[in-house]
Amino acid sequence: MEKPKKTRRMSEKKSTALSAYVFISPFFILFAVFGLFPMIFSFYLSFFRWDGLAPMEFTGWRNFQFIFSDPVFYSSIKNTFLIGIMGTAPQIVAALFLAFALNSQLIRFRNTFRTMVFLPYITSIVAVAIIFGVVFNNQPFGFANYFLSLFDISPIRWNAEYWPVKIAIATMVFWRWVGYNTIIFLAGMQSIPKELYEAAKIDGATVFQQIRLITIPMLKPIIMFVVFTATIGSFQLFTEPLIFLGRGLREEGITIVAYLWRDAFIYNSFGTASAAAIVLFFIIITLTAVNLLITNRIGRSKNLG
Amino acid sequence: MAQVKKETGSSKFSVKKLFVYLLLLFGSLASLFPFYYMFVMATRLNREINQVPPPFTPGADLVNNFLKVLDSIDFFGAMWNSFVVSFSVTIGTLFLCSLAGYTFAKLEFKGKNVLFVMILVTMMVPPQLGLIPQYYIITTLGWLNELKAVIIPGLINAFGIFWMRQYMKEGLPGEIIEAAKIDGCSNFRIYWNIAVPMTLPAFATLGIIVFMHVWNDFLWPLVVLRDPSVHTLQVALRALNDARQMDYGMIMSGTFWATVPLIIVFLLFNRLFIESLSEGAVKS
Repeated sequence: MEKPKKTRRMSEKKSTALSAYVFISPFFILFAVFGLFPMIFSFYLSFFRWDGLAPMEFTGWRNFQFIFSDPVFYSSIKNTFLIGIMGTAPQIVAALFLAFALNSQLIRFRNTFRTMVFLPYITSIVAVAIIFGVVFNNQPFGFANYFLSLFDISPIRWNAEYWPVKIAIATMVFWRWVGYNTIIFLAGMQSIPKELYEAAKIDGATVFQQIRLITIPMLKPIIMFVVFTATIGSFQLFTEPLIFLGRGLREEGITIVAYLWRDAFIYNSFGTASAAAIVLFFIIITLTAVNLLITNRIGRSKNLG
Repeated sequence: MAQVKKETGSSKFSVKKLFVYLLLLFGSLASLFPFYYMFVMATRLNREINQVPPPFTPGADLVNNFLKVLDSIDFFGAMWNSFVVSFSVTIGTLFLCSLAGYTFAKLEFKGKNVLFVMILVTMMVPPQLGLIPQYYIITTLGWLNELKAVIIPGLINAFGIFWMRQYMKEGLPGEIIEAAKIDGCSNFRIYWNIAVPMTLPAFATLGIIVFMHVWNDFLWPLVVLRDPSVHTLQVALRALNDARQMDYGMIMSGTFWATVPLIIVFLLFNRLFIESLSEGAVKS
């Protein structure tokens, strides 16, 4: 009988705080079990040899030594960087142009164009990779090879040669994401006051001057955001290489996540896979830090200006 | 506004306008061509696809190819699994994120700011870092090859909490909550009877984003849903594509029919869809 009385006497503030903790607890409990614990355990596991069944065996730095002496691991890092840049940089430029065109006062059917440009983004990456797998087929009937044959270029083995593999995967990334970034840039452009453009027009600025002097500087925060998400996103590239190259995951196209997935779930080498995950973690942390640094610097110079 | 209307409606030719239209036309064609190409191949037999030049117009084997898909994978079973997983995660996420978002927006408690920053920090960590131990946990729990292996971890959504908090902060007047409190409503009642009905647009937005992400997710379902009977559409498509004998007509048919539902849903709600996603990105 003592306890309920106490609860009733509990101040409103306390009961509010109690319900607050209850309301947010599901996130923290789920995150502790399926998020935080696995992350910490990854560090632990990277020092053990483990095939998923037999007891874990402590091996010290051996897993790291192993992956750092594996040329395929270096290839996976290099591929991830190269495909990331090849897929992202042209995509951001194209998205900026498309967004500028969509934002133009001159056009009709804006919504139709917007919908069409955006459509690839709702397609699953698996579907994208399968479709482009046929477009970039090694045989002469593949669309890319057929197209090149019109210019007398002999068929390319798209999924087996150094640059073609990267071009094919980067194209998939480009195609799926360009519309998404266009929409984000467009949303940013629509928040730029129209008076700025009108003033520029009166001063006789050309379209390209308007882009360079008004649109780009005003969009800077959004461009930074897009570059940031695209960079982090390209480090998680996995589906495209797996579908395009099959589980063999040739060295020309393997990415870091694909490398660690293959180590764990094809070779049953969970220790080295965890070590690769740790390396990936540090690469992403470094990139995030660099990005924050740049963002801060830009923000500061704006304040000074 | 008047000027804008005049310009939009004018049919006067200008080089600038031509350039803008050409750019958009090219962009749209580049977007649509792979879809068209997929459809063409879904209607063709493998030997037609293997010809040079390849076919660029639809053929007659749309149904035929799909029947072959049904022979090699449990297409509708996979679609049902995708639906169950996406629907459960969406409903669960909407509930948990709105409840937590409401808490962070409107309730006062010790450690509020620290806890909220912690949630934001979890967004920065790459999800692949914990992949292997996560798999280990799922095996230990005995959830391997069960849909809840995707559903339960899928409920963690820091972005959703952030999103709902923003919305509840702006969209819920403090006076209404105060009034309800004076009337003796519990915090949960206020959330359920006042906060939820007043922020329904935010639910629609977040719901769309979550549903699409879960529907298209691949890596995690691939790891924990190994048995064909629990495959989601994406995993099943991969199995179809991995078959030793490459029948492109069949593979494209499966891909086509797996993509069509999402395209229909998208075209029905396209404005809401696009605005949700751009709003979501610009806000964060």
